[in-house]
Amino acid sequence: MNTTNTSAPLYRRVGQDLREFILAELKPKGKLLTPFNIISAPIILLGLVLIVLRFTKGLGATTNLSQEFPWGIWIGFDVVTGVAFAAGAYIVTFMVYVLRMEKYHSIVRATVLNGFLAYVFYAGALALDLGRPWKIINPIIGNSFGVSSVLFLVAWHFLLYMMAQFIEFSPAIAEWLGLRKLRKILGTLTVGAVVFGICLSMLHQSGLGALFLLAPAKIHPLWYTEYIPVLFIVSSVFAGMSIVIIEGTISHRVFRHQISAEHHAKHMDIMVGLGRLAAAALFVYFFMKILVLIHGMHWNELLTPMGYLYLVEVLGFVVLPFIIFVNGTKNRNRKLLLSAAIITAVGIIFNRLNISVIAFKWYAPIHYMPSWIEIVVTLAVVFGEIWAFRWVANRMPVFMESPQWVKHLDREVEYPVPKGAVASINSKTAALQPVKIKK
Amino acid sequence: MKTTRRKFLQFTGMAAGASLLLGPKNTFGAITKKDTSQQYAMLNDTTRCVGCQACERACAEKNCFPISETKPEIDTQRNTSTEALTAVNAYPTDNKGIVFNKTQCMHCDQPACVSACLVNAMYKTKEGPVIWQEDKCMGCRYCMIACPYDVPKFEYGSLNPKIRKCVMCYDRLQEGRIPACSEACPQEAILFGKRGELLDIAKKRIYDHPTEYVRHIYGEHEVGGTNVLYLAGVPFEQLGFRTDLGTIAYPEYTKTFLYSVPLALLLAPAFMLGLRQATKGKNDKD
Repeated sequence: MNTTNTSAPLYRRVGQDLREFILAELKPKGKLLTPFNIISAPIILLGLVLIVLRFTKGLGATTNLSQEFPWGIWIGFDVVTGVAFAAGAYIVTFMVYVLRMEKYHSIVRATVLNGFLAYVFYAGALALDLGRPWKIINPIIGNSFGVSSVLFLVAWHFLLYMMAQFIEFSPAIAEWLGLRKLRKILGTLTVGAVVFGICLSMLHQSGLGALFLLAPAKIHPLWYTEYIPVLFIVSSVFAGMSIVIIEGTISHRVFRHQISAEHHAKHMDIMVGLGRLAAAALFVYFFMKILVLIHGMHWNELLTPMGYLYLVEVLGFVVLPFIIFVNGTKNRNRKLLLSAAIITAVGIIFNRLNISVIAFKWYAPIHYMPSWIEIVVTLAVVFGEIWAFRWVANRMPVFMESPQWVKHLDREVEYPVPKGAVASINSKTAALQPVKIKK
Repeated sequence: MKTTRRKFLQFTGMAAGASLLLGPKNTFGAITKKDTSQQYAMLNDTTRCVGCQACERACAEKNCFPISETKPEIDTQRNTSTEALTAVNAYPTDNKGIVFNKTQCMHCDQPACVSACLVNAMYKTKEGPVIWQEDKCMGCRYCMIACPYDVPKFEYGSLNPKIRKCVMCYDRLQEGRIPACSEACPQEAILFGKRGELLDIAKKRIYDHPTEYVRHIYGEHEVGGTNVLYLAGVPFEQLGFRTDLGTIAYPEYTKTFLYSVPLALLLAPAFMLGLRQATKGKNDKD
């Protein structure tokens, strides 16, 4: 993964033909034979073949799903875990646009892009798992609203949130294509999309947990609690933060030449801030886990095989990364922060799979194990997301500075100047507006 | 954003409108308790069943499935499948010898599968049976996750997979006929009728023959009540029943969460826009 390209801004210039520009942009940039590409490309290709196989041979031939275990890793990992990993977008936009923590502004676009692509790819993988995907439109069109279903809410929130995230990211696309007017309009939609998006996010992060509320007799009592939705939302905070830290650390290296000197200097500050937030969320989560355990009174289960699994999850993947995060933020140690983030991310995978797959029907004599096809397709989805991310980041202003004209445009939006006397006759309001002038 | 108050009102209005559109009544109508005594139901008396599988054969014939070649035997569990919507099993019991038990969909009063289904493909008819509608189902299999009895079965081998489950012969009911299994049973162990009447019959049997029955009608209160009721001469856990499901109707488990959704959509945007105002600095635009 790298881009050895000219240092000049790559966006479309004024007057450049749009079609020509897009066609030129479709070509790959940078070296093709990197270690990452050599590993990921065959997996993506194989994954595509397997996806074709899934649609021509059916779910039975390609997955290990059964009547006992109707949901496997395509739901448990791709959807349930993938959405938790995408949580960074709603948290960072909350910090920047609601709390106005300008420090984090420079990572907003990368995080939102990552979140949006995660939804497209991971939640898109849901379509693979549907037995009757040609009916996927049914929850959207009006004749069959299952409004008492948590999954109905989750489906709608997925759809709306993807749109909100697209709107949040769309100014970058307009800047890339050099579409000034569109950029002006899209820029004004951001705050609305952010606020709406945060609400949707919180609801379906918890909603994914609430799905499992309907299986009280099937999920091991150490994991089943009426507080699953709350636990999901709190854990989504450190899940999102850990992915932002991992993605940030890798991007910082891979896209080094694109990142401005100013951003470089602030990068460590940002990572430490995110680490602190992750540590706080982990602490709250641990506290809640303890409360739930005490209220549930299932401690006798702790000394069973499932209990050991539970202890590994809580001690190894919540308490341990919490300690490392605290140390890492105190010493401003990049390596400690990264390792804490990786442990946290693995812990989230473990936790989500525990609830959706491992502790689900833990009593069954023969338990579900994913087939190799399920695993390869899942890897292909993950790599596909990274490829898409890299493709966009190499072209649009994600890490790179926005083109110069955007600054003028933003000032114009901020302090509109009436367009002379002729225009103001028609628009009474414009005439009444006091004209602010920047000193 | 210059006119924050207007924006604020717009957002609050939008959120209020959205939650009104969903509406608590529409959303939670399924959860309110109603009179089920006039609904169709079945009473399976396990003390009468002799394990002849006539019900299985009638069911297979009615649904054009192959007739099962296995017989109910102790120590082997026979499950319902995509090609067998009912299955008879044999259980060794403490003091009544071998007892047979027929399983099929319980046709819950407030079914977990129906509250799970996001497209109303699983549907509780007003007559009582829980049916599946092919044109709506998208094959997500959430109903299978939710069903406490593991009743819905999915055709994994098919490219046009269907969910298969007992629908209490809903089509036969509409023609004025009774379910095939009930009609075929030589022992009158599968009684078909109105739920209220069947409960009366069950109670009378327990009252008249206190030594033959345990004093419990499975399905009267389990998971909020089911339209298939069972009588037994031994405690139900000896006959493979799940007795740990409780009496709470399954939709109740997600009710709190669903209630909080319109509330969150109403309050969260207002709260966030308020925060945005509160954190406004001297140099910020809006």
